[in-house]
Amino acid sequence: MHRTAYLLLADGRFPSGGHAHSSGLEAAVAAGRVTDLAGLEAFLHGRLSYAAPVTAAFTAATHLTAARMGRAPSATESDVKVPFLSLDRELEARTVSPALRLASRRQGRALLRAGRNTWPSELYGQLPKHPDGPHQPLALGVTTAAAGLSAEEAAQIAAYGVLTGPASAAVRLLGLDPYQVQNLLARMAGSCDEIAAAAAAVAHKSPQELPAHAAPLADISAELHATWEVRLFAS
Amino acid sequence: MRALARIVAEADGRGGTRLARLRGEPPLQLRHTPDGSATATVHLIGSAAGPLGGDDLRIEIEVGEGASLCVRSVAASIALPGRDGTPSRTTVTAVVAADGELRWLPEQLVAAAGCRHQATSTVELAGGARLLWREELICGRHDERPGDAVVSTSVDYDGAPLLRQSLTIGPGTPGWDGPAVLGGARATGSLLLVDPAAAPAPSAVLGATAVRMPLTGPATLVSATAPDAHVLRGYLDA
Amino acid sequence: MRADHAYDHDESVPHTHPEPGVDPHPPLPQLDRAVRIGIGGPVGSGKTALVAALCRALAGELRLAVVTNDIYTTEDADFLKRAGVLDPSRIRAVETGCCPHTAIRDDISANLDAVEELEDALGPLDLVLVESGGDNLTATFSKGLVDQQIFVVDVAGGDKVPRKGGPGVTTADLLVINKTDLAPLVGADLAVMDRDARARRGTLPTIFQSIAQDPQASQVADWVRHVVAHAAGAHAHAHAGAH
Ligand SMILES: Nc1nc2c(ncn2[C@@H]2O[C@H](COP(=O)(O)OP(=O)(O)O)[C@@H](O)[C@H]2O)c(=O)[nH]1
Ligand SMILES: [Mg+2]
Repeated sequence: MHRTAYLLLADGRFPSGGHAHSSGLEAAVAAGRVTDLAGLEAFLHGRLSYAAPVTAAFTAATHLTAARMGRAPSATESDVKVPFLSLDRELEARTVSPALRLASRRQGRALLRAGRNTWPSELYGQLPKHPDGPHQPLALGVTTAAAGLSAEEAAQIAAYGVLTGPASAAVRLLGLDPYQVQNLLARMAGSCDEIAAAAAAVAHKSPQELPAHAAPLADISAELHATWEVRLFAS
Repeated sequence: MRALARIVAEADGRGGTRLARLRGEPPLQLRHTPDGSATATVHLIGSAAGPLGGDDLRIEIEVGEGASLCVRSVAASIALPGRDGTPSRTTVTAVVAADGELRWLPEQLVAAAGCRHQATSTVELAGGARLLWREELICGRHDERPGDAVVSTSVDYDGAPLLRQSLTIGPGTPGWDGPAVLGGARATGSLLLVDPAAAPAPSAVLGATAVRMPLTGPATLVSATAPDAHVLRGYLDA
Repeated sequence: MRADHAYDHDESVPHTHPEPGVDPHPPLPQLDRAVRIGIGGPVGSGKTALVAALCRALAGELRLAVVTNDIYTTEDADFLKRAGVLDPSRIRAVETGCCPHTAIRDDISANLDAVEELEDALGPLDLVLVESGGDNLTATFSKGLVDQQIFVVDVAGGDKVPRKGGPGVTTADLLVINKTDLAPLVGADLAVMDRDARARRGTLPTIFQSIAQDPQASQVADWVRHVVAHAAGAHAHAHAGAH
């Protein structure tokens, strides 16, 4: 049951809007920076080193906050809302591109919808309200808590999602051999595990101290992408 | 080498700014370069190539209510490896009071081959404070692969987080110069403008690898990558 | 060769809908929101043309909005704007990540968000039309996204399309066979299409039309009016029952 919940949430078929996002790959392909499997490999290493630690740490930190609330339902609303708000603000300050802030919130909103319907819980309602939705790592943190997963599993799903999103976009955009792409993902599995474990290990820290890695081209190309008239992916 | 520099700028009561404190020690030497404006300008004068592995350099800045301070440097700083591989560190902390203004416009940081450098800046802005903050990072000297460098910037405005950025480059980080991060560019940087009086400018594309972005808060950030320091400065000139 | 309008009145096509006074739809669930109608079908069959026609016919009487799933983020919206049939603020485009069928069937979140954003921005609506990105004959809408779906094929695709079937042709609440004006040019036999559609669809309605000749798509517009009126009836009934 528990393990199956983990697989359900990690599955690309979980209907949380991810299929419409390439996490910058569409822009990198258009700019000619990624044209083949080797380019994808370099791209994914960058995502894993820069995006995954932030995403996974904020997911796991949100999970811990939500799980604390789940264990102590007597906790007052402000006990929970304040840490959630602080996580939201700290992540907002780490997401300098408005296009990426929107993409994160849109995916968070989609995930929240899917999570609420799959593992109903009071916890979702504690997330800070925003017209575009909660940031995706916050939504994932709460969903993993509602699904009864651990903080380590939450971080793992987050890091894994950072890899699989652009990998499946690459199959669609570049027509790469899907077996070679899976082989690449398998080769990166060890690094992905390490990043996830490191993120889970810092999740207890104050939101301010969580990782803040920036990748200049992630922000720059997200902004360029948002101006395109024709695009296949939302980000 | 450990060194501490301190700058305290205050309104002089006549619409200008006076330096209540200006103290440096080698290799962090400071010089007040008056230009007749209401802003006090201070130049950092690097007395040696550096920072070197093992160096721990700290700069503390305070800008009082209504004061205006501009800090520049006369030359790029070049992070170099030490003899035993110990890292070097530069730490800047700045506090700007309401209606104060800080312009931090130093020359580039060059991450030379083999360096292990950590540059950390923490800025606290009171509500109503203004800031212009430039960071430029060059990956190696001419035709050289850089060492490992981390440039972290943390800015709070009126008690809330405004910007948290940490850019890591160098061979210690997989993918650092690849298509998701720098795309082979040798220069990268950003220019943060915090101005509560002005409406934040909307997103704009400034070049093939340069954009201006409104942050959540009274601020915009220009972010760019470029083939060299000169092109980068074109995007980040202030 | 039969003119397409002959189909409108031809007694031999009894399933052509609407029939006065008869409502063949399965009852809609009670709605406290806009009715959502999906418009699917292959690329170029006339989905956007149908959306434009329905806007022309219905914008004056219903509070209407449109969600498009085209890869051109603005093209369908621009078309509708140029056609002057709907205010651009009533149109939202959804990016589908190369998978138009995923966005309307397997992972409908982006489309649901678009519908909700329109409702938030515009206030209560009577009808939201969701146009799918052009896809193949197997693409249908999720029931979690739309209440009713229209599948649009055209005669230019050949008169074999209804015979080939597929979930769109077989199960759509309404099958529209469009561009009947082109039938003589492409040698498509409408009678064959009618017979095959009936065999595939049982009692589900099929409409033959040419938007080129009937820019208001009047038969489809009537079908939509019935759907909306029925849902509104269910809605009013639900409220009455609550007292
Ligand atoms: N001759 C003819 N052309 C039509 C008719 N309906 C649509 N078209 C044309 O078919 C083309 C494709 O229509 P469009 O609505 O964009 O198709 P979509 O891809 O399904 O949205 C356009 O050039 C339309 O003008 C029709 O009834 N007759
Ligand atoms: Mg269309």
